[in-house]
Amino acid sequence: MSRVKELQKSLFGGTTSNARQFGMIFTLVAIVLLFQILTDGLTLNPGNLISLVSQYSYILILAIGMLMVIVAGHIDLSVGSIAAFVGIVVAKVMQEYSVPWFVAILIGLVVGALIGAWQGFWVAYVGVPAFIVTLAGMLLFRGGNQYIGNADTIPVPEGFRTIGAGFLPEVGPNTGYNNLTLLLGLVICVAVVVREWRGRRTRREMQAEVAPMWISVIRIAIPLVVVVFASLQFAGGRVGTSFPISGIILGVLVVIYGFVTRNTAGGRHIYAVGGNARAAELSGVKLKRVNFLVMMNMSVLAALAGMIFVARSAASGPQDGIGWELDAIAAVFVGGAAVSGGLGTISGSIVGGLVMAVLNNGLQLMGVGSDRVQIIKGVVLLLAVAFDAYNKKQGRFSVIDSLMRPFRRDTPTGAESPAEAGQERGKSPVAG
Amino acid sequence: MSGAPVLLEMRSITKEFPGVKALSDVNLVVRAGEIHAIAGENGAGKSTLMKVLSGVYPYGTYSGEILYQGTESRFSDIRASEHAGIVIIHQELALVPGMSITENIFLGNEPGRGGVIDWKIANRRAVELMAQVGLEEDPDTLIKDIGVGKQQLVEIAKAFAKDVKLLILDEPTAALNEADSQHLLDLLRGFKRQGITSIIISHKLNEIAQVADSITILRDGRTIETLDIKADGVDEDRIVRGMVGRELHSRFPDHTPDIGEVFFEVRDWTVRHPISAERLVAKHSGFTVRRGEIVGFAGLMGAGRTELAMSLFGRSYGTYVSGQIFKDGKEIVLKSVSDAIEHGLAYVSEDRKAIGLNLLDDIKTSMVSAKLSKISKHGVVDQVREYQEAENYRKSLRVKAPTVDEGVTKLSGGNQQKVVLAKWMFTDPDLLILDEPTRGIDVGAKYEIYGIIQRLAEQGKGVIVISSELPELIGLCDRIYTVFEGTITGEILRKDADPELLLKQMTSVKKAQRA
Repeated sequence: MSRVKELQKSLFGGTTSNARQFGMIFTLVAIVLLFQILTDGLTLNPGNLISLVSQYSYILILAIGMLMVIVAGHIDLSVGSIAAFVGIVVAKVMQEYSVPWFVAILIGLVVGALIGAWQGFWVAYVGVPAFIVTLAGMLLFRGGNQYIGNADTIPVPEGFRTIGAGFLPEVGPNTGYNNLTLLLGLVICVAVVVREWRGRRTRREMQAEVAPMWISVIRIAIPLVVVVFASLQFAGGRVGTSFPISGIILGVLVVIYGFVTRNTAGGRHIYAVGGNARAAELSGVKLKRVNFLVMMNMSVLAALAGMIFVARSAASGPQDGIGWELDAIAAVFVGGAAVSGGLGTISGSIVGGLVMAVLNNGLQLMGVGSDRVQIIKGVVLLLAVAFDAYNKKQGRFSVIDSLMRPFRRDTPTGAESPAEAGQERGKSPVAG
Repeated sequence: MSGAPVLLEMRSITKEFPGVKALSDVNLVVRAGEIHAIAGENGAGKSTLMKVLSGVYPYGTYSGEILYQGTESRFSDIRASEHAGIVIIHQELALVPGMSITENIFLGNEPGRGGVIDWKIANRRAVELMAQVGLEEDPDTLIKDIGVGKQQLVEIAKAFAKDVKLLILDEPTAALNEADSQHLLDLLRGFKRQGITSIIISHKLNEIAQVADSITILRDGRTIETLDIKADGVDEDRIVRGMVGRELHSRFPDHTPDIGEVFFEVRDWTVRHPISAERLVAKHSGFTVRRGEIVGFAGLMGAGRTELAMSLFGRSYGTYVSGQIFKDGKEIVLKSVSDAIEHGLAYVSEDRKAIGLNLLDDIKTSMVSAKLSKISKHGVVDQVREYQEAENYRKSLRVKAPTVDEGVTKLSGGNQQKVVLAKWMFTDPDLLILDEPTRGIDVGAKYEIYGIIQRLAEQGKGVIVISSELPELIGLCDRIYTVFEGTITGEILRKDADPELLLKQMTSVKKAQRA
């Protein structure tokens, strides 16, 4: 096995989709640094980071649900319309019946669940392809939004706006920073360390090979640097702003869904269904139930995303959520999911979504018009997936693998030249 | 026939796949105007030979030479061989169900100019061709609306539209009933009178004896003999002897059966085909399995063994009509795969890549996937136990992989099969149904798989082995049932089992009804 692959494996785990993620993280870092230079430091400036999070958190929430839909081998085109529909319903009940905002949120989630059950029924139990069901849903719920709202904009009350436009409040002594954001950063740092430590303990319990200590150190150090830097930036913005509430909602969802997809039987079943539905069925997986729940879950998350957006823009309107489905789908595919299903991770989709978000944001900061931004995003999406398709055809799975091809040690054909071997030793930190 | 000129000669054809020599030094001589049969067990290399001939495996991927009409031919693809007048009709028909008879006959070969089809000519030619093959049907009828027998005739008409000189039929009557088969055989005789040469591959030996002029027998990828049916007085028994004449020794590990009482019984099991409701894939089948016993199911491809097994396994194939399953004296009802797993059944499918494994998984995920509940608490998978369980199986079954984190795609066929076996052993079954457990894996791995099967039996589990390789069944099983067209036609104990008897019971119902 090549040293590069070994490093990659010990840093990110062994499976093929992780390899793609490995490439994406580097792409993300590269894009951030590129724009940091091109925008003269505007990209990583606190104000921009804060608006980046509050502007894209709802797309990333959609990407979580979309990842699961795509892994199961489906697609959901209706998420934007569902978000708009739920947004207008929630705005309307608060305006007309003066329902308190937290009850309104519950109502929104229930409406999302009902819509999801409707779509899941057609997909799982009737067998209509999800593409068609959700295309119909896209029209249905867009029309529903305009019918209920009279194609008009309905404002939402102050309390409700917190979930979209709120920030962690200022508490405690005046440190010049937002204390809660710093605390949050600290909690995440501790979590990173604990997670790595528990991971090592688990490997030892398994009596499996434990990665060398220095790899663990890297796996802790890099995230710590990022988290510390980010907490200082988020905490050090304009007074009254800090880490957005919507970002916290997103973070909680990422942790929960990451756990569910990785560590639970239900999560395994989603991958099994997408990887080989017949094999899954013959292994006792309840195919219909999995498909139903995946579609339903997507709609609930779409409802949540819709409410966050309405809260952020302080009103629900007929144009809300247009094109969201495409942003969410793009995030998932850029993040390494397979079009044919069965492959992909929550964290990959989040990274993929962030790549698209930073790209969008950076280009806007540079003053590039929305026409050209769209063209560039389109090309990036196409290339990211084409690159992966090309790699699969070559019998490889990972992007990074092909980037590193000249340095591979286990070249399948022909003898390796001494030059290549030397190069590899130079490139790979494991060699020493 | 020996006087007629040679139309086709294939000389010392050798074709290798990674790890397997499918054909070695095969020779075939076909004379103009004859019906030449090719016989051999499944896996003997018949289909591979025909794929070499028709250019599916192009020139350069095999060694040896093909002399056709006196000159050496090097076909680069199917179109090249069809251009030379060699047309192959595969067992799985290549027709488009939603298109009409005429459209199918001329598919890829449309009469007309510049891509515009001349329907007048097409329709007229279609009627002529249909008359030639004896197909009485409106040429505008859709393929899906006619029966398999007539579909077969459309395939042949399609071949005639291409100006065929050498017609190759791969198991043409496998899916046909008696009357349709007879019609097809008559048709072949008619073609012979028109001077068309045919090669027919068939498992139905009585048909070969009836219609063919000469026969070439293949075994293990080698030519065994070519016989003149009339001159050599060849009958079914003679063909069978040629097909199975192989020695059986020490291809199986030592095993002393320790057989207990009957614990699993199926009665009157009848199942309908999932699509064509009038077809029964299992007809009033009944059998028993004892503890510690390895029971074989012998039958030709399409005999309904897989369908029977899958319909038992939580009704995962076809529509249940009638029948009962008893386990340990009590009737059990298995309406879903999870019911079946819960009641201690395991089914290792015949096609491990298509329906046995999720090829995106790693070894450990695959191995525990059929009973995650065993290592989960409140739905959360205990990953330490997952790793340990998988690691134990990797060691005890000797799966050749460095760790269980390895992806299953990277494994060889034999090792993938071990992973699938582990997956089902992990569910703690009482009865394992293994469908073609050694298909496509090499001899060494086969030996190991046999060992695993025997160990399972020694643990007191019942094992059903479905296999198309008779020597495998005879060497491995304590008792063998023969299956023909969804019916169990015979039950043979190990001491009585010999290939000729089995083949006879597998190929015709009448003879099988001796018991």
